[in-house]
Amino acid sequence: MTDGAVPAGDDGDATGTGDAGSTSDSSSGDSAEAVSCRALDYSFGDTKAVDGLDLSVRTGEIFGLLGPNGAGKTTAIRCITTLLPVPPDIVKVFGHDAAKEKMAVRRLLGYVPQQLSADAAMTGRENVTLFARVFDVPRRERAARVAQALDVVDLSDAADRMAQTYSGGMIRRLELAQALVSAPRLLMLDEPTIGLDPIARSSVWEHINAVRRATGMTVLVTTHYMDEAEQYCDRVGLMHRGRIHALGTPGELREELRERRRAEADEARKSGTTGESAETAESGEARSDTVPTLEDVFRDVVGQGLEEEGGTYRDVRSTRRTASRLG
Amino acid sequence: MSGAPAGRRPDSAETVDPARFELLLVPPRPRTGLRVLPSRVIAMCVVELQKLRHDRTELYTRAVQPALWLLIFGETFTHLRAIPTGGIPYIDFLAPGIIAQSAMFISIFYGIMIIWERDAGILTKLLVTPTPRAALISGKAFASGVKALIQALVVILIAAALGVGLTWNPLKLLGVVVVVILGSAFFSCLSITIAGIVLTRDRLMGIGQAITMPLFFASNALYPVAIMPGWLQVVSRINPLSYQVDALRGLLLGTSSHLLLDFGVLIFAAALGITAASSLLGRLAR
Repeated sequence: MTDGAVPAGDDGDATGTGDAGSTSDSSSGDSAEAVSCRALDYSFGDTKAVDGLDLSVRTGEIFGLLGPNGAGKTTAIRCITTLLPVPPDIVKVFGHDAAKEKMAVRRLLGYVPQQLSADAAMTGRENVTLFARVFDVPRRERAARVAQALDVVDLSDAADRMAQTYSGGMIRRLELAQALVSAPRLLMLDEPTIGLDPIARSSVWEHINAVRRATGMTVLVTTHYMDEAEQYCDRVGLMHRGRIHALGTPGELREELRERRRAEADEARKSGTTGESAETAESGEARSDTVPTLEDVFRDVVGQGLEEEGGTYRDVRSTRRTASRLG
Repeated sequence: MSGAPAGRRPDSAETVDPARFELLLVPPRPRTGLRVLPSRVIAMCVVELQKLRHDRTELYTRAVQPALWLLIFGETFTHLRAIPTGGIPYIDFLAPGIIAQSAMFISIFYGIMIIWERDAGILTKLLVTPTPRAALISGKAFASGVKALIQALVVILIAAALGVGLTWNPLKLLGVVVVVILGSAFFSCLSITIAGIVLTRDRLMGIGQAITMPLFFASNALYPVAIMPGWLQVVSRINPLSYQVDALRGLLLGTSSHLLLDFGVLIFAAALGITAASSLLGRLAR
């Protein structure tokens, strides 16, 4: 299946018709929208990292932005967090414009970047306290709030140890505490489980889930682990080359692919009369009966281009940074 | 909590005691306007002090060089009487210069820390907090001032131990504190500005090495401006370090100085540095 033959463009709309909620995707300024991006573009020099991205994250959901390295996930996140400059009226967070109301947007955000970003030369508690200070937590409730944030991620016992003694999973949880101390309405996590062992990965997700359950906050997460998205995200957007190619709940996306495969198999059976094509129809039948995984959906959506161009389509930002380091 | 199998639906799995989250449900009331600045400056200074409390190695190792300058260079030239100091022992003349120098050496490499924080994601995260860039840079500038001040204190103690006749007038010492912090604010912002231009640690390291000694030699830290060749006098006149040393000398030793001009230049330089560094911070964040 070639890139052009994939009904990727139609897919986004088709998903919407299947799910009543998705029809509101195109409407903007909706108060139920935590994040909205309309035709967001961002380029590093000649490289288009985000190319006409339309994104709508509903209040209270865990939305997963999925895609391979270089799909533009991190750049999109950095546009939403006001780290990268965007034109007005393109990106909105709870109705606040990321270009015109930066401070208002930042106050609503808890952000955990891709790198393990806690300061190793301070204790866990000091790391969280810094963020309580810069989010204007008043002194009288600062200690209590910091203690609660640490407790929520199960770091109370390790709070007064230097962060350099923490494991990768503990640092990620510490960063969660840093993000949570300001009571954000939107938690933005960029590859939260990258480089972690499986136990740490599920622990990080358990904590994200527990916090979400208790606070009702919206979570926007990027990942390239399809299994995680399948397990933990309410809705996912499959991102490739700077835009979303398919959107829906993991179940919807898988079901849709299964339907399509079944239709293809039927097609093949109808047209096939000789023994040879009956055989292919048989295999098509078998394929359409097994429920495809999210990874299958992804392959279907982006087509064969994924493997072929994997070599040239690298993480734009890391490439750029490496280039700038080398001079 | 962490051991339980994953539940995708929010209503499933274990319930969480709401009291554990109580405070985390209410966003703090935002500070507005000019009240943001002092709060961010304090936050950054606290971070610096906490780090120094955890690891004082740098404080000690950085005391070695100024101690050697005072002990060897200072003592030797005091005996030689080769440099006209206006009637005071050369080591007395030298001490304020070395205080300013050690403070500058700390600040001039502060940009390396900014680049490191950028690479580690720490800066990125701070930039997503409700902190205007100028406030963040001011915070960093004064944090470097606090670090330099503690270093200056160590040098002052060494100088006092070597018999330099320093003032103990609290008002003048307060002036010393302000001078050291302002000077460091300028040099750290100069460093962050260069960081914003060159973007890499290695280049900044090279530039830092290249400019520290010229800044030091082209100032009145080691010898009076009057005995410099004409061109060096010009450089010395535009070098904020000269004004810092002049002010320190006036305050600590009571020699004749131009305190008003010195403070004016240092405040202007610090403000200029903060402006330049803030406007280039975006390049580092990108």
